[in-house]
Amino acid sequence: MNRGGFLPIAVVLAALACVPLVVHSDVVLNFLVTALLLTLAGQGWNVLGGYGGQYSFGHAAFFGTGAYATAILQTRYGLNAWPAFALGIAAGAAMGAAIGALTFPSRLRGSYFALVTLAFAEVFRILASVAPVTGAGVGILIKLDPGIHALQFSSRAVSYWFILSLVAAALVVTRLIEGSRFGAWLVAVREGEAAAQALGVDPTRVKLAAMTVSAAFTAAAGCFYVQYFLFIDAPIAYGPWISVEALLASIIGGVGTVFGPLLGALMVKTLGEAAKLITGDAPGLDLMLYGLVLILVVGIAPRGVAGIGVRCREWLARRHIRTGGSTA
Amino acid sequence: MQLSILFPAVVNGILNGALYALVALGLTLVYGVLHIINFAHGALLTAALFAAFYLHRIFGLDPYIALLVLTPAFFLVGYALQRVVIGPLSHGDDSNILLVTLGLAVIIENGLLFAFRGDTRTVDLPYSFAVVPFAGMFISVPRLVGFGGAVAVAALLWLLLTLTDTGKAIRAVAKEKLGAQLSGIDVPHIYALTFGLGAACVAVAACLLIPTYYVNPHVGNAFVLVAFTTVVLGGMGSIPGALIGGLFVGLIESLCGLYLGESLGQIGIFLMFILVLLFRPSGLLGARA
Repeated sequence: MNRGGFLPIAVVLAALACVPLVVHSDVVLNFLVTALLLTLAGQGWNVLGGYGGQYSFGHAAFFGTGAYATAILQTRYGLNAWPAFALGIAAGAAMGAAIGALTFPSRLRGSYFALVTLAFAEVFRILASVAPVTGAGVGILIKLDPGIHALQFSSRAVSYWFILSLVAAALVVTRLIEGSRFGAWLVAVREGEAAAQALGVDPTRVKLAAMTVSAAFTAAAGCFYVQYFLFIDAPIAYGPWISVEALLASIIGGVGTVFGPLLGALMVKTLGEAAKLITGDAPGLDLMLYGLVLILVVGIAPRGVAGIGVRCREWLARRHIRTGGSTA
Repeated sequence: MQLSILFPAVVNGILNGALYALVALGLTLVYGVLHIINFAHGALLTAALFAAFYLHRIFGLDPYIALLVLTPAFFLVGYALQRVVIGPLSHGDDSNILLVTLGLAVIIENGLLFAFRGDTRTVDLPYSFAVVPFAGMFISVPRLVGFGGAVAVAALLWLLLTLTDTGKAIRAVAKEKLGAQLSGIDVPHIYALTFGLGAACVAVAACLLIPTYYVNPHVGNAFVLVAFTTVVLGGMGSIPGALIGGLFVGLIESLCGLYLGESLGQIGIFLMFILVLLFRPSGLLGARA
């Protein structure tokens, strides 16, 4: 992969930032906001799953914790939305650290790790659907109070720029991790835990750190969800949909790449919209398509859409060498 | 807590547990041989429940007779899924298998949701509410049949694995894939066969469940984590472990439901699941890893 450079990130972000200047349709902007929300959640999954090789099936645990923390701090404790948002991210990160601290030392890997993360998300879903503090089955409504002080934007464009700035932060942090010593350790753990350990890397600590960062990203998506839709309940916060979509965005886009989740999220959401156009309100078809795409990507392009580009480049390079060799 | 409340809860828990055990049997068999967790197991159960429901609705077929049709049908479905979809598309990589079975689960579950909507359906049978008196309480007849069926299937599977050549081949592949291949065993065939057997277990479980249970597109989810818990408790890949684990999980759920209220009954299962995974991942009965 081409590492190091921040230029591609700057170019992509600048292009995305210009979109609301050209497009004024609320429908399109709303679509892009949900795609960016998924990008953020997916980037979280990517840090742990893509770079660290730990496939979580329960990132809803972090999304939901961020969302509920933001909502509860505002409605129950009267906290301003901005600190509530920040504390929501912190709560999600703490949840990631806690689950990581429980699972990694007992050497849960592969399907066991996937299972136990799924179980954690389900436990929280059931708890949130009965506990009074989360509004039980009713959920939590945030009082409508448009304005920058309450972190509620009546203009879609401003919401869009806000989530774009969060995505920008996630992209930059991911790129920084990729180029850092920590990133190298993380990839080493993915490629071979025993070998990494033999070279002096502490796999448990590396995975724990990755899970904390990963959870923080996904929690930020949850916090934004609450501020954007002003509502949260247990099936949204801790339901399997977000776990699946976050995983899907990274895998379709390309695991372990900076732009993978962004690409994947745009494709996943486009696919979902297309399914809705075809069938109207009938539920299920969009997710069915997601499942199909997941299987096809795994089967045909295991490195995702970003991987196809890499493969083409490799193929061209090989061809170049071969033709170069024949003329020499 | 009075004994007159506790005792029925224990009996009900064990009767439910037998069906958990049956679902878990299929999962544990697949894990034991392919060393993968089949995330599509719950979705297959949902599909089987729908099949049993519609066989009764359209053809008036009694679920216990539908069992004779659905079991071989699901065996073939399972065989084909492994042979045509999971095997070729996962390129032999464990995390890919994980994702492919997850994808299959999402497709099956949402396909059913798309086709039949989210409504919950139940089958009306003359014997749905039949009971027999037992030690001062009443026991549901279909649940008793379910219990017997689960034990019978476990016994049959065990006989198949210990007495037949196919069973020997399955055990050989489970123990040492390469060695089995070198001695002339067709490994992809055995993989698919095992997957088929797992799906067949699910079909039996569905036919035994439907008289007293309901069906909707998400019903498999309720079972799948329970089945995972059962399998982990009993030790991955162990058939007696799945049976005992299932009964135990049923008991825990029933008692948690009794003491904590219906909606929290499942919490007990999940917490137990997480605790076992964290502290004894080889299972309560399994050999130390």
